[in-house]
Amino acid sequence: MSPRRTASGGMVDRSRSIRFSFDDRFYVGHPGDTLASALLAQGVTLFGRSFKYHRPRGVIAAGVDEPNALVTVLRGDAREPNIPATMLEIHDGLTVVSQNRFPSLAFDIGAVNQLGGRLLGAGFYYKTFMGPVLGPLKGTRFWMFCEHFIRRAAGLGRAGAVADPARYERMNAFCEALVVGSGPAGLMAAKQAAAGGARVILAELDPRLGGTANWSSETIDGMPAADWAAAVLAELAAMPNVRLLPRTTVWGYYDDNTLAALERVTDHKRTGCKGEPRQRHWTIRAGRVVLATGAFERPLVFPGNDRPGLMLASAAERYAVQFGVLPGRKIAVFANNDGAYRSALALREAGASIVTIIDVRSDISPAARDLAARAKAEILAGQAVVATEGGKQVSGIKVQPFDAATGRLSGDVRAIEVDCLAVSGGWSPVINLASHAGAKAVWDDKMQAFMLPPATERWTGAGACAGEFSTGEALAGGAAAGSWAAGGASASDPVPEAGGTVLDIAPAPVFEIPAAGKAFVDLQHDVTADDVRLAHQEGFVSVEHLKRYTTLGMATDQGKTSNIPGLAIMANALGKQIPEVGTTRFRPPFAPVSVGSLAAERYGEVRPERLTPMHDWHLENGATMYSAGLWHRPMIYAKPGETVDQAYVREARTTREKAGIVDVSTLGKIAVQGPDAADFLDRVYTNMFSTLPIGKARYGLMLREDGFAMDDGTTWRLADNDFLMTTTTANAGKVMQHLEYLLDVIWPDLKVHVTSVTDQWAGAAIGGPRAREILAACVTGTSVDNDTLPFMGIVHGEIAGAPVVICRLSFSGEMAFEVYSGAGHGTHVWQALIKAGKPFGLVPYGLEALGTMRIEKGHVTGAEIDGRTTARDLHLDWMLSKKKPFVGSMMMDREAMISPDRLQLVGIVALDNLPLAGGAHIVERLDRDTPRDSIGHITAACYSPVFRKHIGLALVRAGKSRHGERAFISDPLRGHFGPVEIVSHHFYDPEGKRLHG
Amino acid sequence: MREYSALSLIRNAFNGNRDWQPVWRKPDPKPAYDVIIVGGGGHGLSTAYYLAKEHGITNVAIVEKGWLGSGNVGRNTTAVRSNYLLPENNRFYEHSMDLWEDLSHELNYNVMFSQRGCLNLAHTPAQLDDYARRGNALRHEGIDSELMTPSEIAREVPVLDMSRTARFPIVGGLMQRSAGTARHDAVAWGYARGADRLGVDIIENCEVTGFLRDGDRITGVQTSRGEIRAAKVAVAVAGHTGPVMKLAGIDRLPIESQVLQAFVTESLKPFLDTVLTFGMGHFYVAQSDKGGLIYGGALDGYNSYAQRGNLPLVEEVMSEMLALFPSLASVRVLRSWGGVTDMSMDGSPIITTGPLPGMYLNCGWCYGGFKATPASGWCFAHTIARDEPHPLNAAFTLDRFYRGAVIDDKGQGATPNLH
Amino acid sequence: MIITCPYCGPRDLSEFAYQGDGNRKRPDQASTNQKAWNAYVYDRLNPAGEHNEIWQHAGGCRRHLAVTRNTLTHAISKVAFAAAAGPKRSAARRKQGKAG
Repeated sequence: MSPRRTASGGMVDRSRSIRFSFDDRFYVGHPGDTLASALLAQGVTLFGRSFKYHRPRGVIAAGVDEPNALVTVLRGDAREPNIPATMLEIHDGLTVVSQNRFPSLAFDIGAVNQLGGRLLGAGFYYKTFMGPVLGPLKGTRFWMFCEHFIRRAAGLGRAGAVADPARYERMNAFCEALVVGSGPAGLMAAKQAAAGGARVILAELDPRLGGTANWSSETIDGMPAADWAAAVLAELAAMPNVRLLPRTTVWGYYDDNTLAALERVTDHKRTGCKGEPRQRHWTIRAGRVVLATGAFERPLVFPGNDRPGLMLASAAERYAVQFGVLPGRKIAVFANNDGAYRSALALREAGASIVTIIDVRSDISPAARDLAARAKAEILAGQAVVATEGGKQVSGIKVQPFDAATGRLSGDVRAIEVDCLAVSGGWSPVINLASHAGAKAVWDDKMQAFMLPPATERWTGAGACAGEFSTGEALAGGAAAGSWAAGGASASDPVPEAGGTVLDIAPAPVFEIPAAGKAFVDLQHDVTADDVRLAHQEGFVSVEHLKRYTTLGMATDQGKTSNIPGLAIMANALGKQIPEVGTTRFRPPFAPVSVGSLAAERYGEVRPERLTPMHDWHLENGATMYSAGLWHRPMIYAKPGETVDQAYVREARTTREKAGIVDVSTLGKIAVQGPDAADFLDRVYTNMFSTLPIGKARYGLMLREDGFAMDDGTTWRLADNDFLMTTTTANAGKVMQHLEYLLDVIWPDLKVHVTSVTDQWAGAAIGGPRAREILAACVTGTSVDNDTLPFMGIVHGEIAGAPVVICRLSFSGEMAFEVYSGAGHGTHVWQALIKAGKPFGLVPYGLEALGTMRIEKGHVTGAEIDGRTTARDLHLDWMLSKKKPFVGSMMMDREAMISPDRLQLVGIVALDNLPLAGGAHIVERLDRDTPRDSIGHITAACYSPVFRKHIGLALVRAGKSRHGERAFISDPLRGHFGPVEIVSHHFYDPEGKRLHG
Repeated sequence: MREYSALSLIRNAFNGNRDWQPVWRKPDPKPAYDVIIVGGGGHGLSTAYYLAKEHGITNVAIVEKGWLGSGNVGRNTTAVRSNYLLPENNRFYEHSMDLWEDLSHELNYNVMFSQRGCLNLAHTPAQLDDYARRGNALRHEGIDSELMTPSEIAREVPVLDMSRTARFPIVGGLMQRSAGTARHDAVAWGYARGADRLGVDIIENCEVTGFLRDGDRITGVQTSRGEIRAAKVAVAVAGHTGPVMKLAGIDRLPIESQVLQAFVTESLKPFLDTVLTFGMGHFYVAQSDKGGLIYGGALDGYNSYAQRGNLPLVEEVMSEMLALFPSLASVRVLRSWGGVTDMSMDGSPIITTGPLPGMYLNCGWCYGGFKATPASGWCFAHTIARDEPHPLNAAFTLDRFYRGAVIDDKGQGATPNLH
Repeated sequence: MIITCPYCGPRDLSEFAYQGDGNRKRPDQASTNQKAWNAYVYDRLNPAGEHNEIWQHAGGCRRHLAVTRNTLTHAISKVAFAAAAGPKRSAARRKQGKAG
């Protein structure tokens, strides 16, 4: 048997063994153990090292409030750092290592920091490391030099370096009643709410539901509390309207009763069942919430209070009763309240000897005295622990008479030999979730704690969380809360009676024992009582300043055990009451939550992928794909051995000489329909659409309300009241939203419907001198000659049996046609076009060639319509109708928007015949060493197969007046400088002869 | 003990820290000052400091509703950079950078400004060109900036997912080496100490409840601690600009107050030395000296003064984080918080005289307030002292919106939640 | 946050897109009052408390909603279709907009 495991009792299954490793040593525990209980059972006392001084630390709590015993779990190559040993269930093969120590937990070089302890007080780093004012280490260098070492020393666990193979899952749930916490109050609430017919979710962060009933010596309804809990749970589990969620931490309370919870689904197993995620992120929308989250016991602050072997009294009790582990053989209890006496008795009954109970109070209640007598423990009333001894485990304590009223120590110090000190400094209700929801905590003088404010219509408290500290009160409170959560259903059964010693656990208002020595408030961050006093001395007296200056409460436990003692010490220094110092607002999460669980299904798939109907064809035909927003689009279709440049030049040249085809399915397509559709388009486009004949298309420009250019595209009039609008790929969503807003909010009287049909249509643009012949070869049901299908004309026909709409318009500058078919026919039509084009030399081309031809033609895209340019900047003045108002028409001509000094669209030609690049700047005077005075930048550039030159489009200050001027490319980032000529952006066929052909 | 140094630290280590004094005094308000600054956040404090230091105006009061530095100076992700796109912003933020580099010395307070670099990741060639435009714009203003190749990035930040099969493969990045992080609270405390030592009264727990006026002219403030008069009243209250200016009768401004969440993970051994941004969403991250990853993303996207965020945004930010760092799925978020940001209509700030006589306004900081702290105060002090803007903030007027002279780095127009 | 769409019912925040200050009045399409246009485009009420806002149910019916929401608490007190909440335009004014 393990050295500290009791022979019987508790909820561990001694008949089965689990092998796990901690720091490469194998240990054996039992089902039901946490890592903390299993290691304690083996006599391990040293669990970790503190953050700053690297002091040896043991385990002080038994749950989520543990500040010290943090470990890293290894799962293959994946690492999970900073897990409290108290929250980790052991399983076969569990591999755990300690952290923040070098070379080993027992011998840690970082402990040398303790020597500098007085130097390393609160905020010491603000006062030094500034370095010399002059010389090579001036400025920030000296600090960065020091910081390098500080960073290496800081940090707790190490994060993994390889992708975590685990899967995370997200779940939505709805219920009338969410009960958080499954102690007697939570169980009663769930039972009552379920009986009232409500859909109930009962969430419990521990693996075992039942809360304190699992380690209580009391009886409920005449049976041991644990048996009662088991019976209630069996009853709840059988009800169809109840969902039980063990291992589930409700960590955030968001607006409108949306609560976030983390379920640890398979962390406690060696391997999950098929399909089980590692963790599940629950979003629970609850009608009403019952907070039955209990209370945290607080430690007391005294010198040496961080030594391994010191433990919260309730934690010691829980290890003994629930886990059958004695945290010590010779235990002393140090308390300021009656609650610890029950823990003393429980420890005694489990087999430990209680050496003494040291109580800061001089008057001890009869109930407590009775418990002490049964524990065979001597009470040292009116005394306090003033020091502890021992190295990696406490070996003794020193005790001195203490006056709780004045806080003074006096008289002889007495040494007592112990191997464990159980401490209780009172209780703090766990009100974090209500605080997330906006509740302001109320200070209670009697309990010396912040309590829940009165319940709201959305949540209520029950049990210790609501100040109902006795089991009897908790059961009654839980029943009432459950009934309320079910909409006021009256109690079906009488509230069961609790049996056992009823204690008043109101503590004496003592938080710190003012003896000399390092007394820790925040154990993980090594914030001492003196640090708090230093903060006071330097004026950091508001609670937020205290936290930020000392880092009190900022550690992984978020101050669960340290906040109130820290506040109390500050209040004492200020001569104020604790509530005058204030309490900080709790923020989510209540306990740390894995990033993976929150990303859930988006881990590994952050965004959806949008594929055009012809996507597979592109891949099968050698396309190199390119991410354009969410879309995947062909960049080039390289032939074997071709570079990107060779491929796009070939594609563009062939298109201009013969014919090319490109997938334009990604263009935004919006059906604009209704009797007022034409009127609506007149309002949103800068140019007229009401005059557009049926069966014709027109190029349109939209402005934003602020008068800047927004988007461009063609809109086709398919029937009197039926238009098909196209937008750029990138702006499809934005334009849709813009139109909907105008119709829904500004002009609700217009009879127009807009429908996004982007995904309904597949689009192929086919252009080049042979394009019409290719169409003629495959289109049936319509002619495609110049009379039937003039420039900007629209016809309906069929290709290979699939209906198509064809519009003759051109982005490439060649005679070109956009062929739209139903998305499901996209590949079929595309293949038919490819086949028909084969004899004519048709090539598929990608975005690079598309971009090249549009640059040659001087068409603008998102690189030029960048949200800062006006129609005039882009030479689109001709599209601004003077006959009608349109969106942006009153804003587009404000003084700064018509200034001749604006960045305006131009073309540029490299005079050194070297490639140009988007993002290069343009200057009048070249200065390679200290580039300055940029007059603009290149928005897009390419090698032009037509001109056999490197050309580009650019936005240049006063560019319209600079045509013919020479300037220079200045691209210091890529080391490119060279002469260019500024020209018109219309490089190719400015008269448009080719597309009108 | 007035001066901070390694020596004073050692001396105090041996005398039980006896000599340390309050970092700033806690005076009661006087009836009148030359200048009142409303708002004891980073910008208000730095304004007071530079008024005293640069312009010799020391009869100054800062009135702060709560505790000093309780606003966004203590709620940000601590990044300091000057890598904007447009020249007006670049010049202003670079001036800030100059002040940052000497700030610890100047204030005799270590604000821990660490120039560990800021790397914007690009995921498509087009985005890399966009970053080149920005980087070249910086270089033409004399500001450091460089492009990095994927292999350079892989060496610099080994934990990044550099695989070409990533949903958004990393094709390069824009690095500003002089950028970095600073200890946010220390900036507030350092400026407070500096201003206090020059004679400025910092009055905490003093809420402005109204403005004193003589006709149109502002002549002081009513506060929870009585009336205080001043010839000049400067407002630097960031997210609370709306409610404070409403007290002066101005209820409409080109500003929306929105909530921006930020997150910190548990403390980890250092592995990320630069500030990093994701190019295919809105995500930025740095690792603090304590080891926590400090990060954030987009705004929640609606008006709020609640300092409380919502869940969908949390999920969005976490998934963006894992798109870059798939090894961090089991790292745990420790704390989240929400700040109230004053989003302007073009994403750039307002530092101006007016809008009423006797009044000066500093607001519209959007995401950028922390890094701007030194230059904002420096320019605002100039504007208050001289009654006209410095050339560095001459463009940051209120009327720029109406004239169409917007400074729109993101090109999103008058849609504050997209800046 | 949960917004109760009059068409779809109560839905999570993630389905909605914020469209800003609902107190703004867009000048008539034909208006040439530059000040009014400037105010419409750039100026916002930004109250700490009850606020009239426009939200779009972007991940649902895509209707725009006039929402009264408290910016201090996020509590929503009223939701209606924005179209119904907006000022009714007369046929004459509409014609004027068309002709202008």
